[in-house]
Amino acid sequence: MSGLHEHKALGDKKLFTLPTFILAVISFIALVILAKRFIFGLGAVTNLNDGYPWGIWVVYDVVVGTGFACGGYAMALVVYIANKGKYHPLVRPALLASLFGYTLGGISAFIDMGRYWNFYNMFLPSQMNLNSVMLEVGLCVTAYCIVLFIEFAPTLLERFKKHKLKEKLDRLLFIFIAVGVLLPTMHQSSLGSLLIAMGFKVDPLWQSSYLMPLFAILTAMAMGFSIVIFEASMVTVGFRRHSETHLLKGLGKVIQALLGVFLILRFGDLVMRDALSGAFDGSFKAKMFLLEAVLFIIPLVILSSNNMRSKGSHLFVAGFTMLCAGALYRFNAFLIGWTPNASDSVVYFPSSQELLVSIGIIAMEILGYILFVKLLPVLPKEEHA
Amino acid sequence: MDRRNFLKLASSSAVIATSSGTAQARGNLPVSDEAVGMLFDATRCIGCRACVVECKDINGMPPEKASPDAPWDNAQDLSADTLNIIKAHKAEDSDEFSFIKRNCMHCVDAGCVSVCPVSAMKKDPVTGIVSHDPDVCIGCRYCVAACPYNIPKYEYDETFGQIQKCQLCNQKGVEHIDNNQLPGCAEVCPTGANIYGTRKELLAEAKRRLAAKPGENYVFKLNAIDSPHYQEGPLAEYQQHIYGEFEGGGTQVLLLAGTSFQTLGMPDLPERSYASVSETVQHSIYGGFAAPAAVLGGLLFLARRNIKAEQESDKNNNNKDKGDAS
Repeated sequence: MSGLHEHKALGDKKLFTLPTFILAVISFIALVILAKRFIFGLGAVTNLNDGYPWGIWVVYDVVVGTGFACGGYAMALVVYIANKGKYHPLVRPALLASLFGYTLGGISAFIDMGRYWNFYNMFLPSQMNLNSVMLEVGLCVTAYCIVLFIEFAPTLLERFKKHKLKEKLDRLLFIFIAVGVLLPTMHQSSLGSLLIAMGFKVDPLWQSSYLMPLFAILTAMAMGFSIVIFEASMVTVGFRRHSETHLLKGLGKVIQALLGVFLILRFGDLVMRDALSGAFDGSFKAKMFLLEAVLFIIPLVILSSNNMRSKGSHLFVAGFTMLCAGALYRFNAFLIGWTPNASDSVVYFPSSQELLVSIGIIAMEILGYILFVKLLPVLPKEEHA
Repeated sequence: MDRRNFLKLASSSAVIATSSGTAQARGNLPVSDEAVGMLFDATRCIGCRACVVECKDINGMPPEKASPDAPWDNAQDLSADTLNIIKAHKAEDSDEFSFIKRNCMHCVDAGCVSVCPVSAMKKDPVTGIVSHDPDVCIGCRYCVAACPYNIPKYEYDETFGQIQKCQLCNQKGVEHIDNNQLPGCAEVCPTGANIYGTRKELLAEAKRRLAAKPGENYVFKLNAIDSPHYQEGPLAEYQQHIYGEFEGGGTQVLLLAGTSFQTLGMPDLPERSYASVSETVQHSIYGGFAAPAAVLGGLLFLARRNIKAEQESDKNNNNKDKGDAS
């Protein structure tokens, strides 16, 4: 079943192009700012304050970023667990993006730690607090970064012609694939559970208590499939390759199902908790809630139509809006709907340096992705007619 | 068949992920009889801020001045340099001001302790004092986010900042409670607005004050509930509510006031602690690691079966054109 889809590095081997140069510059700026953070402390570059302990480095780089990095998880689920072999060509590029997303998410969490030199305590059984959702997220994300690397290793072994080693790894690969599905299920749902302990500080529009882990995992899966559509579309256009719409439309159907379930539960929960009135009080939070709802409904409408689902451009719009919706849901729950219970003068908006670091990290991801697909057999071999 | 297996697995993990697990639901933590705390009576506070100064002295914290040449501390709110503060709030329905003392409430079921990944936040099993160990703290600031009272503060302006919070003057090097001394803020309070004692005794005292008639002459203990020193005076008219008796599972610092606690900036919390809800969800999913292990078993089975078929056909293919492996 897989003979059809061998992988090949891109023919275009030129690494120094205008886009890679620009991405490298943006990445470098982030590194300079990070040096400043480590020399002078978090306050020197961020707008974090006593009311807002978590800014965009946590909420975007880790919470949203790992959501965007769920492509590898989503594809492993479809190809290896649901056994839909035809989607195999999408696995490697998705894994690569996940590897970058998660590794940089983990590094971002480390950067944001106020006492990073103590981080090893998370791995000491005598210090672990098994009640802590943060412990579960920390351990799980670390483990998953390692698993992602092992899952991606066959690509490297193939490139460097270590066929014997690759054969050995291939025999054990199913273990890493299974673990690689379990771990994101655990920590992506836990990213939602993080909010439960914050109680009233999370606005009722987003504080779903017991349902938080379910909402988090449903949106993570939908974001995972959406990022695969997004990346495949970008690769098709950016590297002038054949379209993969015939495969992507199947993923669209999965997103449609996930979104349907999510929205029914989400609004059911809001109605049950009598929290929906907050959506119409005209506040900034309320507007962001409505925007989030619209962003969730657009992909659902597009993907519910067989006709639109079969068009590459519509699929792309659906995937893109779904990513925006998932990201905004997490931003809303963690930051925009955050009530610090302090005086009104306590506000947070990321500083320009904070933003530049987050932008730099995105640039590193894209840069790494471009270089890897040019150097390693990641993308499926083009079949010439 | 595949689809059925997949759906089975998906639905079972969905059930596991969402089951509220009433069987193992964790209720609020109990409070020990020896748990210590403080009772703050807002109607007795004259706003002298002696407690604020003493707290800074004991903790070696600098004054927060309004301008660099201002002569005195003018902290507006709790911070990493101000672990105890007196704030004035104006009641909605009158021109009268009321003071409120803000510091760690030493929750019976503390959110910061529940969420700390590395057990840097700890609750003493006997005294119930919530302490912090910067030597293991990773600085994730989840405790800051999870505290309903916004107590733990991180030092953002330091290269190697740490979390600061009130530890009831029992922190390493201070150890007032272990040495039968009083927390600094209780020791210096001139009117008995803030007194130290066991939570049990303080709760009984608070109930006595609420039960007595407003205007009646009352003996207010100074510094501690078992102190020989006292002041006499008329009882104020109280809100019939002891803040901290039940809020968020109860606190070891209790508050009495003549105006509503919401006016004084205290959050209106449910009786069930957020920590107990969070831990119930976490342990229903991960309790004994049974559910993840079961899901992993299913995943291993499916992944092995599905990947085997794929690799076999890959192998055949590779043998055909080995030269083109890259």
